[in-house]
Amino acid sequence: MAALTLLEARSLTCHFGGLRAVDGVDFDLAQGEIHALIGPNGAGKTTLVGLLCGRVPVQSGSIRLAGRDITRLPAHARVRAGIAYTFQITAIYPRLTVLDNIALAVQSRGAKNLAAGSLAALDRVGLAGRAAMLAGDLSYGHQRLLELGMGLALRPRLLILDEPTQGLANAEIEAFKALVRGAVPDMTVLLIEHNMDVVMDLADRITVLNFGRVLATGTPAEIRANAAVQAAYLGG
Amino acid sequence: MNGGAAKIWALHLGVLAALLAAQAVLPAYHAGNLARIMVLAVYAMGFNIAFGYTGLLSLGHALFFGAGLYGMGMPVALAGWGAGAGLVAGLAAGGGLALAVGLLALRRAGVSFMIVTLMFAQAGYLTILYYTPYTRGEEGIVIDRAARVLMGLDLSQDATRYCAALALFAAALLVNLALVRSPFGRVMVAMRENEERSRMLGYDPFRVKLAALVLSGLYAGAAGAAYGLLFGYVGAGFASIQYSILPLLYVLLGGAGTVLGPFLGAALMFYLIDLASGVTTAHLLVVGAALLVLVLFAPKGILGTLRDRGLTWLP
Repeated sequence: MAALTLLEARSLTCHFGGLRAVDGVDFDLAQGEIHALIGPNGAGKTTLVGLLCGRVPVQSGSIRLAGRDITRLPAHARVRAGIAYTFQITAIYPRLTVLDNIALAVQSRGAKNLAAGSLAALDRVGLAGRAAMLAGDLSYGHQRLLELGMGLALRPRLLILDEPTQGLANAEIEAFKALVRGAVPDMTVLLIEHNMDVVMDLADRITVLNFGRVLATGTPAEIRANAAVQAAYLGG
Repeated sequence: MNGGAAKIWALHLGVLAALLAAQAVLPAYHAGNLARIMVLAVYAMGFNIAFGYTGLLSLGHALFFGAGLYGMGMPVALAGWGAGAGLVAGLAAGGGLALAVGLLALRRAGVSFMIVTLMFAQAGYLTILYYTPYTRGEEGIVIDRAARVLMGLDLSQDATRYCAALALFAAALLVNLALVRSPFGRVMVAMRENEERSRMLGYDPFRVKLAALVLSGLYAGAAGAAYGLLFGYVGAGFASIQYSILPLLYVLLGGAGTVLGPFLGAALMFYLIDLASGVTTAHLLVVGAALLVLVLFAPKGILGTLRDRGLTWLP
C-alpha cells in the first residue's frame, strides 16, 4: 500500500467534565485500507469516531480529509465531503419502506436516476426483494444490512462502521465481511469492532485505544505481538 | 415508488372535480360554508407541511395566517392597493414571518419550538391590538366591495367566491401533492422520523426544517389573504391563539401527514361546530368529546387510520 493518506487527525482532544475521553490522539487513515479501532470499553473509540464524523465537536486538534481541513465542518457537511457513519445502535427509518430508506441515501449523493440507483444499492446488500417492506418489519440482521447498504449508497470516501457485527449470526457476519471487502479500495473503511475474529480477518491495520490515548498502531500480527496491548486488552 | 401514481391522481383530481360539481348541487348556505372550508383547508395544509410531514409542532401558526390577512388587508384598506397586489403581499408576509420565526425558533428543538412559536404568535396578536389606530384592533377592517375585485371578477359574489376558493384550494392541493412526492418531501419525512439519522445522511436539519416552515408560512399567508378578500373582513381574532389551535385540530382529525387530511378535518370540524352550536351553547364541549374519541380510537386521524388499514398508497 503506497500509503496515500486519506485522513489525518492531529492532537484530537475531547474532555467530558474531568473525563478525558479522547486525549491528544494522532490518527491517520491510508487511502483504501480497512482499519480497525479496538480497545476496552470506555477507551474512547466511539468518541474518537464521533469527532471524525462531526457528531462530537472538536475541542482541540485538527482533522484533514484528503488535505482539506474539516475540523470545524458540521456533521452533515462532512457526510457530503465523503465521511459516512453507521450507528452503533441500528438507525434506520423503521416506519418508511426499505426502498425509501435507501433512496434517502442515494439522493443525498445526488444520483441522477434515483429509482435505478436505489434498486442497485439494495441489490448490493441482497435486500432488493424486500424493497416494499417497512424497514421496521425487517429482521435485525436485515436492518443492519440495510444500514450498511445506506452507508455504501452514499459512496463515501471513508465509511465508518460502529460495531457492525454486534448481534449478528455467524452466517450474517460472513456476508458482512464480504461486503466490507468489496467496498475497498474505492472506499476506506474504519471499523470499531469487539469481535476479534472479524478484526484479525478484515483489518489491514489496527489502532488500539486505551484511556483516550493511542496505545499502538500496526498490522494484526504486530498488534498480536505487542506486549502493552496484551496487558491492556487482550488479557494476555 | 410509482405503483400508486394513477390511483393517487385519480383520487385527488376526483376530489377537485367533486368540489367543482358541488357548487351546482349544494344550497347557497352550504356552498358558502364549503368556500370557507376550502380556504381554511389551505391554511391547514400549510400547517400539515410543517407538523404532519416535517414533525414541527407549531402553536403559533395564527401569526402567519394573521400576517396573510393583515398583509393583504392593510395595504388594500389604507393604501388603496388592488386585490392582486394585496394577495401577493399577504403571501409574502406569511412566508417572510415564517422565515424570521424559523431562523430564531429552529435553533432549538422539540418543546422549545412549540413555546417559542406560541410566544411569537402572542406577540403578533398583541402588536395588532397595540396599533389599533391602523389595524382597527378587535373591531377589524372591513374590505370594501370595490376592492374585492380580482382580474375583473367580483369576489363578493357567491359563485365567483366559490370558484376563487376552489382555484386556490386546487393549486394548494396539487403543489402539496407534488411536494410530498418529491425527493425534498422524502427528506422532510426523514427529518420527522429520525433527525440524527438524516443528519448523518448529509441533510442539514436546520435548512430542511426552515424550508418546510417557510412553505408552511406561505400557505398560511395565502389562506389568510384569500380569507380576507373573499369574506371581506380582517380582524385581530384571526391572529389569536384559537386560530393557532384550529389547524392542529383539523390536521389531527383528518390525518397528519396526508394530503387530503387537512381538508377532510376542516370540513368535519366545521360542520361539527356548526351542528353542535345549533343544539347547545356548549359546542366546544362537543368538539372536546370528539377529539377525545379521536385520540383514543384513531390517533392517526381518519386518513392516517385508513392508510394503516390497507390504503398504503395514500400520500
